[in-house]
Amino acid sequence: MGRKKTYIEDIDRGIYDIRNEFTYKYKADKGLTPEIIKDISREKNEPKWMTDFRLKSLEIYNSMPIPTWGPDLSDLNMDEIVTYIRPDTEMKHSWDDVPEEIKKTFQLLGLPQAERESLAGVGAQYDSEVVYHNIRKELVDQGVVYMDMETALIEYEDIVREYFMTLVPPTAHKFAALHGAVWSGGSFVYVPEGVDVDIPLQSYFRLNAPGAGQFEHTLIIVEKGSRLHFIEGCSAPKYKVNNLHAGCVELFVKENATLRYSTIENWSKNMYNLNTKRAVVDKNGTIEWISGSFGSKVSMLYPMSILRGEGARSEFTGITFASKGQHLDTGTKVVHAAPYTTSTVNSKSISKDGGYAFYRGLLKVAPNAYGCKSTVSCESLMLDNESKSDTLPIIELNNDDIDIGHEAKIGRISDEAIFYLMSRGISEEEAKAMIVRGFVEPITKELPLEYAVELNNLINIELEGTIG
Amino acid sequence: MENKLLSIKNLKVNVEENEILKGLNLEISKGEVHIIMGPNGSGKSTLAYTLMGHPKYEIVDGTIEFDGELINDLKADERAKRGIFLSFQYPEEIPGVTVEDFLRTAKASTTGKIQGIMAFKKLLKEKMELLEMKEEYASRYLNLGFSGGEKKKNEILQMSILEPKLAILDETDSGLDVDAIRIVAEGVKRIKDESKSILVITHYNKLLDFLEPDYIHILLNGKIVKTGGMELAKEIDEEGYENIKLRFAKV
Repeated sequence: MGRKKTYIEDIDRGIYDIRNEFTYKYKADKGLTPEIIKDISREKNEPKWMTDFRLKSLEIYNSMPIPTWGPDLSDLNMDEIVTYIRPDTEMKHSWDDVPEEIKKTFQLLGLPQAERESLAGVGAQYDSEVVYHNIRKELVDQGVVYMDMETALIEYEDIVREYFMTLVPPTAHKFAALHGAVWSGGSFVYVPEGVDVDIPLQSYFRLNAPGAGQFEHTLIIVEKGSRLHFIEGCSAPKYKVNNLHAGCVELFVKENATLRYSTIENWSKNMYNLNTKRAVVDKNGTIEWISGSFGSKVSMLYPMSILRGEGARSEFTGITFASKGQHLDTGTKVVHAAPYTTSTVNSKSISKDGGYAFYRGLLKVAPNAYGCKSTVSCESLMLDNESKSDTLPIIELNNDDIDIGHEAKIGRISDEAIFYLMSRGISEEEAKAMIVRGFVEPITKELPLEYAVELNNLINIELEGTIG
Repeated sequence: MENKLLSIKNLKVNVEENEILKGLNLEISKGEVHIIMGPNGSGKSTLAYTLMGHPKYEIVDGTIEFDGELINDLKADERAKRGIFLSFQYPEEIPGVTVEDFLRTAKASTTGKIQGIMAFKKLLKEKMELLEMKEEYASRYLNLGFSGGEKKKNEILQMSILEPKLAILDETDSGLDVDAIRIVAEGVKRIKDESKSILVITHYNKLLDFLEPDYIHILLNGKIVKTGGMELAKEIDEEGYENIKLRFAKV
């Protein structure tokens, strides 16, 4: 009786892959031209500066090469991607008014329950535009603004104009430029000075059209001394055409403010997830990232914290799960641009069935940023011999007065640990799941309960399958 | 014969192509305590792992019957469900999994019955008190940062929760101080008093005085070369393994 190799294959991803029949009001031509960009802008009744911004971004997009330093993007055919699809529904403010078909998908994703129970507001993006949005009255009374980006562009034009794509300029890279040209949907949050938003705000969005790209923009401004926890979750159904997600998240954390930004992204496994997220933090402010990357064919995701005020702090907690056919290139960037700034990075990745999890990190300390502290820890767990994992932490120090700790561990799941658990009557499958859950426990315990449950569910879905 | 629990016949086991067990025979009846003694490298731990079903230990010949059923090809979890328990010499550390969650899952799995959180907490607390373990261990990660003695106690705790029909103790007495030996031995004795069978694998005889074994076996070079009572342990104590090896060199 020789030792047999064990494979855990993916199973059908159940409710996460449910897709609805769809009807469209408007569908853009394949491929990108200035005319399409103008059409998009006209459809949305945007101010001229935004139309110009889009056209300028398109120019930048056309002039930049597809990056080749990371995962292979050669299968990504930009001409095939329909960039703008709007579902056949107007903005709704009450759940009852949301069309049945869309509601069904959201219900399967657990959205209305989550809202009823503990979440303050829900912004759910269906295809490219937000179709449902609600925010609790007490937050409105405190001056908190939470709405979709399109409405914000009209109602809070000055604020949007001041901040929009200043942190992630279209020149950042080709997909940021693309985003600037075709962005659509997303969330806008403004928390006025001294307001403590004690319940997390949540947004849920997903893609639902074959060949559709999604370019949602999230802009969050947390004023002096305020506090906010924003949760963004994604889940997309499966299609045969390669899909592109090039969203953008810009977070502005002012003096003494704290922002926790949590996402668990769960993309269908044909998705190119090329998302750009950045936060800039002023004096004594704090940004906390919690980032879960599931699904997608290719992910390139490196949330960046720019600590520009003295004493600013960033904390990054990330988990990446790469399975069969997936190359997830994830990590985080931290720029210490002011004295006495501190950063903590805690990243965990899991790979199985030939999945490839790559940690790419940047830690940069400016010449004037003395007295800084940084701790980086990345751990990778491979569940079999076919899977791969790599770590590339880049550290760029421009002064000597800094305290840095770095730790990287890459390991394969231990057969002895599996045997130990099995010897207590636990099945091989459950033993592996237990070890994986234990591995990510430091992350799940940081999440609000319903999200911890969802993360564990996602891990179980990724792990489940036949053993043979 | 209905009293027979474990029956091993002509067991030959390879580890990475090397033959370690070379035709081992052993029978254990319900309620009996057996001790297997032998020098390092004689195949003691191989026997323990093979009985538990470690995939690295390849049975090339012979049979293992447990409770009347041939279990040669059963995986470890299936053997555990049938009532075999192995107390590991070097228990694994499992980060992020608490002792309590782990044991509740294991208990549910071996019994096939869902374990209510509160009822299980109570059971765990009782068993921990008997082993003089602090309550906080329940919420600590499994074996992580435990001292050698704490790990062994934790093994005995698992045994007392899972209530196996056959407990195999692989070098459970090694690395323990006098107090820990006493606590562990009392834990094992409680199992014995419930008429469970016990197979102790050791190369010392520290546990023997506490356990009053029915049989002592000497394992040399992959075979049991001698079986006897307590007098055999004394013999080993006085002569040492080297002399016994010499005596059995021709066997």
